[in-house]
Amino acid sequence: MNPAVAIIGFAQAPCRPSAGTTSGVETLVPLFHQALSAARLDRREVDFWCSGSSDYLAGRAFSFVSAIDAIGAYPPICESHVEMDAAWAFYEAYVKILAGEAETALVYGFGKSSAGLLRRVLALQLDPYVAAPLWPDSVSVAALQARLAIDAGLVTEEAMAEVAARSQADASTNPYAQVSGQLTVDDLVATPYVADPLRAHDCAPVSDGAAALVLAAGERARRHREQPAWISGVAHRVDPQGLGERDLTTVPSATAAAEAVSLPADLDVAELHAPFTHQELLLRTALGLGDRVRINPSGGALCGNPMFSAGLARIGAAAEQVMSGQARRAAGHATSGPALQQNLICLLEARS
Amino acid sequence: MDTASAPPLAAPLDIAFDYTRSLGPVLGRFMTGLRDRRVLGARTADGRVHVPPLEYDPATHAPVTELVPVPPTGTVTSWTWTDQPLDGQPLDRPFGWALIRLDGADTALLHAVDAGTRESMRTGMRVRIRWAAERSGHIRDIACFEPDPGPPRASGSATGGDPATASDLDTSGDPDTSNGAGTSGDLSTSGELVTGITTPIRLSYTHTTSAEESRYLHALSEGRLLGQRCPACRKVYVPPRVCPADGVPTEEEVPVHDHGTVTTFCVVNVPFAGQRLDPPYVVAQVLLDGADIPIPHLILGAAGEVRMGMRVAAVWRDPATWSTTPENIAHFRPTGEPDAPYESYQEHL
Repeated sequence: MNPAVAIIGFAQAPCRPSAGTTSGVETLVPLFHQALSAARLDRREVDFWCSGSSDYLAGRAFSFVSAIDAIGAYPPICESHVEMDAAWAFYEAYVKILAGEAETALVYGFGKSSAGLLRRVLALQLDPYVAAPLWPDSVSVAALQARLAIDAGLVTEEAMAEVAARSQADASTNPYAQVSGQLTVDDLVATPYVADPLRAHDCAPVSDGAAALVLAAGERARRHREQPAWISGVAHRVDPQGLGERDLTTVPSATAAAEAVSLPADLDVAELHAPFTHQELLLRTALGLGDRVRINPSGGALCGNPMFSAGLARIGAAAEQVMSGQARRAAGHATSGPALQQNLICLLEARS
Repeated sequence: MDTASAPPLAAPLDIAFDYTRSLGPVLGRFMTGLRDRRVLGARTADGRVHVPPLEYDPATHAPVTELVPVPPTGTVTSWTWTDQPLDGQPLDRPFGWALIRLDGADTALLHAVDAGTRESMRTGMRVRIRWAAERSGHIRDIACFEPDPGPPRASGSATGGDPATASDLDTSGDPDTSNGAGTSGDLSTSGELVTGITTPIRLSYTHTTSAEESRYLHALSEGRLLGQRCPACRKVYVPPRVCPADGVPTEEEVPVHDHGTVTTFCVVNVPFAGQRLDPPYVVAQVLLDGADIPIPHLILGAAGEVRMGMRVAAVWRDPATWSTTPENIAHFRPTGEPDAPYESYQEHL
């Protein structure tokens, strides 16, 4: 039988419009310290390190290698990297522990989204033959999805504004959030479009930031944390790359991932990685979340969206809910790629 | 100037590179078609026509072999509006992005619509291709789409798609012959098959240094070399960095000499793009006196004599030209001192 694996520590840097160096090292040093302190673990006790970041964000090759300075890689460490949100690095670390190749792991994601023009840089994640050479920016691509959902009667601009208002209100108690406030739907829908039918409040801000999360197996987790967030299941799935190949109003990969972890409809909390308001609404349907589920008490990615760590931070925020005893069952979700192309679900629970 | 409290230095970093990609049998024929002003869709086993084409059938996983022509007209299935186009986008004036299902196709293509105003855009609007004047076999051979003023098209579709958007493949009624080329079903090409595409990528960043790196660069602008000592292992790093062995910030500033020892070197004999010196010349790792990590630099004035252990000194440029850059040191030169013993630098190799 596979060992039980739990999250025993989490830390994040404040989401800011512009912060830190392009390399991210200075941001990561205190972050590792906080996450390891929360897990009562020394850095030399970490069996496996895994990160998520992108050279396209830093504008230079092998940028993740310089970030390893923050670890202190002597004597040599066991380390890996994904060119994706660190939620997928989390998946790799989880599998590493399940396989018995590590007992502890630290997962981190980082990126200086503000170094370039983010929505233009993100065009490069599209099909390189027929889409990326046109430089469709990420906000426009999301707008195409939003309009399809509106035309299909699945969402309305008012419902999208409600998501923004709720998120920003929740974020007012989150010191790591970049935007927060008390807003009304009427005021929001009166603002101009930035990419019709998306308005500014429908789009996540451009955020610099980072997050780190500590995992441990079975007994080790119990030894280091009074109430670990036990992982009941993690799964990720992907939809076709071509934007015109799939029905953008549904998220089959999210549904498939939820089914793979037997995601219950009556979770206490779900932290959804939805960088656009309409995407939260599509995800709630795709994941089959009931009305009772508390969505994004952190304010979510709409209030701070550090590229390559925002998905990991959703898992971390869900884990904090369990570790602090506020929730018995919580889910963290991460997305990657354009228009919710790839989705990962992590189901967490307290065990007495 | 008080450099300790100055904000970290930042500088523009522009990078540009061309991606060259080979195309394979499906995309090669698709791009060849675009060059010849015709659009080809990929027909999968279920009869659906995919534009842009798929290389493999998502249901059967078999390679796609059947390409069928579709007309250059279609229907907008979703759209948004761009007031301020970004560098590289198809149009340099406000335009609409749209998902466009070409007549006879079952999937949508992403492209720009030159609609003039946001008010002209709507779901269901009819559009047609505006071909680029110069075509090479690239998605940009479609300059953009434009509103299609043509009469309503005859209904009927090869694939039984949405009757509101389906259309006969026959484009003989197209009033603009420049847009009607190559849709008669004739798949012959007028030239060689396109086998690859080149896509230029240009990206602009602002590269930001750390506070420690900023102080190092400010010191360089005053002709000084500044290192930082790790509080754990006591090693001195030039340029300063978080200690890669201990993972802790280095805080204590340490002046470092501009004399040092060659730990290892290579002779550059090969010319390359952007090279500033004529080969041959020597690039060496120089362990500055007082530092624990070597820096790479040029050794000039000692052709054929550079060796491990050789003592060298920095040759600074004219102080009038100094700025916050390592380029203030033009190169290193031999000092003529006796070579450093191997033991003095062996742990830095």
